[in-house]
Amino acid sequence: MAKIPDKDKLKDDERTDGSGKKPGERGLSRRQFFMGSAAAAGSAVLAGASGSYAMKEFSGWPGRYGCLTDLTMCVGCRSCEKACNAANKLARPEAPFDSPSVFNGTRRPTKNAYTVVNRYEPKSGGKPVYRKIQCNHCNEPACASACPIHAYTKTKEGPVLYNPDLCFGCRYCMVACPFYVPAYDYDSALEPKIIKCTMCHGRISKGGIPACVEACPAGALTFGKRDDLIKLARKRIEKSPDKYIDHIYGETEAGGTSWLYLSAVPFGEVGLPEDLPKAPMLEQTKGFLAAVPLVFTIWPALFGMFYAALKHRTGPGDDHGGQR
Amino acid sequence: MSQNGTMDNNGIMEGMEGAKVKNFRKWFMDKLLMGMTWPEYARKLVTPFNMIAALILAVGIPLIILRFVVGLSLVTHASNEYPWGLFLGWGLFAGVPLSATGFIMATAYYILGFKRYHPLVRLGVLTGFMGYLFAVIYLLVDLGRPWRIYYPMFIGFGTASVLFLVAWHVATYLSVQFVEFSPAILEWLRAKRLHRWATMITIGMTIAGIILSTLHQSALGAMFLLAPGKLHPLWYSQYIPVLFLSSSIYAALCMVIVVSTLASRFLRDKADYNFLSSLDRLTLGLGKGAAVGMFIYFALKVVSVAHDDNWALLATGYGKWFLVELLGFVLLPALVLVSGIKTGSPAVVRFGAFSGVAGVILNRINVSMIAFNWNLPHHLSHLVPPWTEVAVVSTIFTIHVLIFRWILNRMPVIREEP
Repeated sequence: MAKIPDKDKLKDDERTDGSGKKPGERGLSRRQFFMGSAAAAGSAVLAGASGSYAMKEFSGWPGRYGCLTDLTMCVGCRSCEKACNAANKLARPEAPFDSPSVFNGTRRPTKNAYTVVNRYEPKSGGKPVYRKIQCNHCNEPACASACPIHAYTKTKEGPVLYNPDLCFGCRYCMVACPFYVPAYDYDSALEPKIIKCTMCHGRISKGGIPACVEACPAGALTFGKRDDLIKLARKRIEKSPDKYIDHIYGETEAGGTSWLYLSAVPFGEVGLPEDLPKAPMLEQTKGFLAAVPLVFTIWPALFGMFYAALKHRTGPGDDHGGQR
Repeated sequence: MSQNGTMDNNGIMEGMEGAKVKNFRKWFMDKLLMGMTWPEYARKLVTPFNMIAALILAVGIPLIILRFVVGLSLVTHASNEYPWGLFLGWGLFAGVPLSATGFIMATAYYILGFKRYHPLVRLGVLTGFMGYLFAVIYLLVDLGRPWRIYYPMFIGFGTASVLFLVAWHVATYLSVQFVEFSPAILEWLRAKRLHRWATMITIGMTIAGIILSTLHQSALGAMFLLAPGKLHPLWYSQYIPVLFLSSSIYAALCMVIVVSTLASRFLRDKADYNFLSSLDRLTLGLGKGAAVGMFIYFALKVVSVAHDDNWALLATGYGKWFLVELLGFVLLPALVLVSGIKTGSPAVVRFGAFSGVAGVILNRINVSMIAFNWNLPHHLSHLVPPWTEVAVVSTIFTIHVLIFRWILNRMPVIREEP
């Protein structure tokens, strides 16, 4: 199931051009690979600036997986929470998984829960809406852009994974995450770490599906290739335009997410932020980072010149700099 | 120390040993006990200020130790929604702009030729170095696994992260500032040759300081660019890197006034005539620079509101708070400075500088805490820190002041070595 079709592999090569990674190369013989690389290098040189700019637009690994949550189907049974708890061997919560008492407050993922279901009362009245919260596995995750040690990886399969062996606990990823997902273990003195959903990476890379999806009895969760899920979601909206808000949440939010949502009530009413830019969060800091080398190159010349001008004015021998 | 090492040709070993011990004792008393014997020194330490400091440390140091036994939750209200609290809001985000003093004074003096400010250059550099050192100490208390502080340098490279840049620059700049301050240490230790080498690279170090400061002062603002929607739109602006940099410049000028005022008041006997007699005049000059800096910053703030067309937000509750910050803690101090300069009153300029410093602290606390997560329910109630967090912050601040005083007492900072 985790295998990506060949035509997608080719796309891989194109898309990652420039980043140095060639995910599709395993299928080639060594000779083919070298020939291919030489040709690619040649064409890159020849194509020059004009062609290579377009390829930098990386819109995510092709064929990556995702999940579709249809909020109109969720009944708030919390089977997903229970399955997640077991699959990830987390601590048992105080209230049992079949207790509706948790719906009295608003919860969020914590160090003991990768996913939680909340109940929301829609403004229009009507039945309460339940929403499952977990990591949305962004196409270009803000957490990964924030991490100074590269502890986060957006995998080809779709999940965003965190490596506690690299983390020094600055928690900038938590500040950056637009969905308030990463949780931190503030009670551990020696091995505190970020805790968040992995989309059951271990299971899906073996061809399985996430534990929460497997456990959902209401059909509210669908696992599959993200592209297929978007088509499926469109079809559902098309089929019942009166039922759904005409928007797939996660298709473009924060650069797009692997986890997608369909809803009958405005997404803001179920706690999903509606003021997010369409571009990945990384785009917000790109301009600043681009200015960094300018300062490194121009400042020494500029301030060196100021100093030289000062020396020029004060004349030689007036060595005010080294005294005191 | 080095003088008696050159004299051991005669081979009178016992005499040498005795002389060495005596010399060491004299050196120790001279350098560390300010020329007093242990009992004299201990007696002199008993002051009301030191008693309060000791009390704070007696509470705070055990807390800091416990934090590494029990976990961060003991000393911070930081949570899953609020990952950063006072340690970073106060220690890092407010501490770093107030520590721009080193780069501002060194640039003014060495590169731009404001030679009159000579008596304040070292004080500025020391304030900067200590500020960065303690920003790192606040960070070490806040980090989950501080023993991995070097990871961004050697283990993993998050080159797309603004914090990666901050980590590298703060580390590098801390070293640069140490080198910049080292002439004072070397004069204190009378290491002449090293002193000559250290002063030779002054210009290079100053320019390195300008580059690193430009970048990480602005980078601290740019860090918040990654969180649109979480930071209130009045504070979230594409201009935030420039806003952070420009406010750090006037913050530094105000901070030099603040520190020199305190030093001239409380450590008057450690200052020389040159420092004390020129201070009023220099304060007026620094105040002029600070006022210009504040007006520039004020204009940029207005531009940032105009650029995003956020005028309507000024009428909201957060908008009013924004105006309190901008009018009460930027424009008003600037006007106070102007009136102080016009009337030639160093006291008024000092008042303006103190409120300017308060304004920068307020801005950084606003960005990192008060306007951050503004749209979460019960937001403001999450901001009240537990007493343990306040105690740890007070402890680190107290240690900061004590070490600063320790250095001013001993090394030639507000006086010249004869």
